Amino acid sequence: MITLSHYLILAAILFAIGVVGIFLNRKNLIVLLMAIELMLLAVNLNFVAFSHYLNDLSGQLFVFFILTVAAAESSIGLAILVVLFRNLSTIDVDDLDGLKG
Amino acid sequence: MLKNFVMPDLYPAAPELFLVAMACAILLADAFAGASRRWLAPVLTMLTLIGCALITYATFDGTATLTFANMFVDDPLSDFLKLLLYVAIIVVLVYGRDYLAARNLDKGEYYLLLLFATLGMMVMISAYNFLTMYLGLELLSLSLYAMVAIDRDSPRATEAAMKYFVLGALASGLLLYGMSMIYGATGTLELGRVAQTIHEGTTNRTILVFGLVFLVAGVAFKLGVVPFHMWIPDVYHGAPTAVTLLISSAPKLAAFAMALRLLVSGLFGLAEHWQSMLMLMAVLSIGIGNLAAIAQTNIKRMLGYSAISHMGFMLLALMSGVAGAEVDPMALINAYSSALYYIISYVLMSLGAFGMVLLLSRGGYEADNLEDFKGLNKRSPWFALMMAILMFSMAGIPFFVGFFAKFSVLLAAVAAGHVAVVVLAVIFSLIGAYYYLRVVKLMYFDDPVDAASIRAGLDMRLLISLNGLAVALFGLFPDSLMMLCTATLVRSL
Repeated sequence: MITLSHYLILAAILFAIGVVGIFLNRKNLIVLLMAIELMLLAVNLNFVAFSHYLNDLSGQLFVFFILTVAAAESSIGLAILVVLFRNLSTIDVDDLDGLKG
Repeated sequence: MLKNFVMPDLYPAAPELFLVAMACAILLADAFAGASRRWLAPVLTMLTLIGCALITYATFDGTATLTFANMFVDDPLSDFLKLLLYVAIIVVLVYGRDYLAARNLDKGEYYLLLLFATLGMMVMISAYNFLTMYLGLELLSLSLYAMVAIDRDSPRATEAAMKYFVLGALASGLLLYGMSMIYGATGTLELGRVAQTIHEGTTNRTILVFGLVFLVAGVAFKLGVVPFHMWIPDVYHGAPTAVTLLISSAPKLAAFAMALRLLVSGLFGLAEHWQSMLMLMAVLSIGIGNLAAIAQTNIKRMLGYSAISHMGFMLLALMSGVAGAEVDPMALINAYSSALYYIISYVLMSLGAFGMVLLLSRGGYEADNLEDFKGLNKRSPWFALMMAILMFSMAGIPFFVGFFAKFSVLLAAVAAGHVAVVVLAVIFSLIGAYYYLRVVKLMYFDDPVDAASIRAGLDMRLLISLNGLAVALFGLFPDSLMMLCTATLVRSL
């Protein structure tokens, strides 16, 4: 029997992978965008699980909005990535060190 | 199905609807207007903002109205903040015009993104549901990411945009995760019902507090307080100054509204938990912000670190509303109105300070180093005086608006019994006064490096003088603004 806590633990693991992916990834900005997407999907899983077990539809409604915004977000992220590659000819996270104080 | 549909009351959201309609109209007008009608977008943007202000003012009725199935609230606080927001955006438009024109960035996109960012902030200010709050926040953030990268041939600006995007997306993720946990614990997304459910005490507090931690982290990211401040210096530094001016001013008003609605209207029952988190973040922000600002040579970066310490002060007021277990309504209103007062005075000072950077910049030349302010007194005594007023006010020297803002925040914190925190805040502000006064010293006692005369339109000269004088005047007569803040909050909370 799969209970609510199973879903929550899975979502927490996915979310943690997303966050760790953002902080540990030192190589590739595209992987970073994927980590962000994973975080948002983990949140969606959370919302759907809660919504099902609470018998309340508003959580699932929220998920539609998150999916839409995530699409817009990654399109802007990729657009910035393209501009960045044109200017710096690299998408290495380590090379983003032009701004220092 | 459709016969159950009830048309929501659109009246409370009239300014937002007007802005959406106008933004679409400007999008079309700009697409069809040729190169000779480049003036169309800025003029229409300005008219739209003035129209929004008139509508907000005309529909002001002093009570709280909920609409769109309780997702959207129109209360005195939201009207007040929206009016300030329009003023800030109009100032951003005027200050940034010459700068953008000199860099060929004053295209239709800029004005449209500015309008959509404004819409996002208005929705954030009026949000009464996690969903509207998230959508407003994303509309603001997505517009700002694009605006930072609008100078697409500048490596610095694109790098700043990438950093802002990644950390902003991380913040949204944290905020959403917190929202999902609170939704799970309370079974509702509406702030009022969240508060009610928590008050009834039938919810699982562990899950609530777990969600709260993520929620506070998300809000802290947006406000830019330690330990979630990493993006502020880089974005302030890398973005075109006209965009930095925007990021440093109007979104702070919206973030304040978001923090107030989430923590006070929604999660007041968990005040003992968020209070200690805010206290830690406030002290760290005031400390690290002021110390790191001393080491900067770039004024945009320095003002970025100063923004971190100012947001720390704002949090100090926000956490002083409840002292221990008992809730004293007078102390509560006092603390929140000092937070509101602080954020307004900060926006005023920040607009002025970045406005001065824009005033000294010209085509192909960025006056963003501290060196560029050397000998300003010899080049233009009047603007040197304005900058000195702004710096004195930011440092919290009497009798400028920044002093009263800091003073009222510290009073509220003392009333809530956080004496040790207040002592720390005062010590760090004194350390911080050094780097503000250094700018004044450079302006008055050093010889100019760059002797070019200051060229700017009459409207910008007038507005920036008005801005500096407002900082001085509100400092001499702080009561009226303070009373306005208190009255607004009394009728809204």
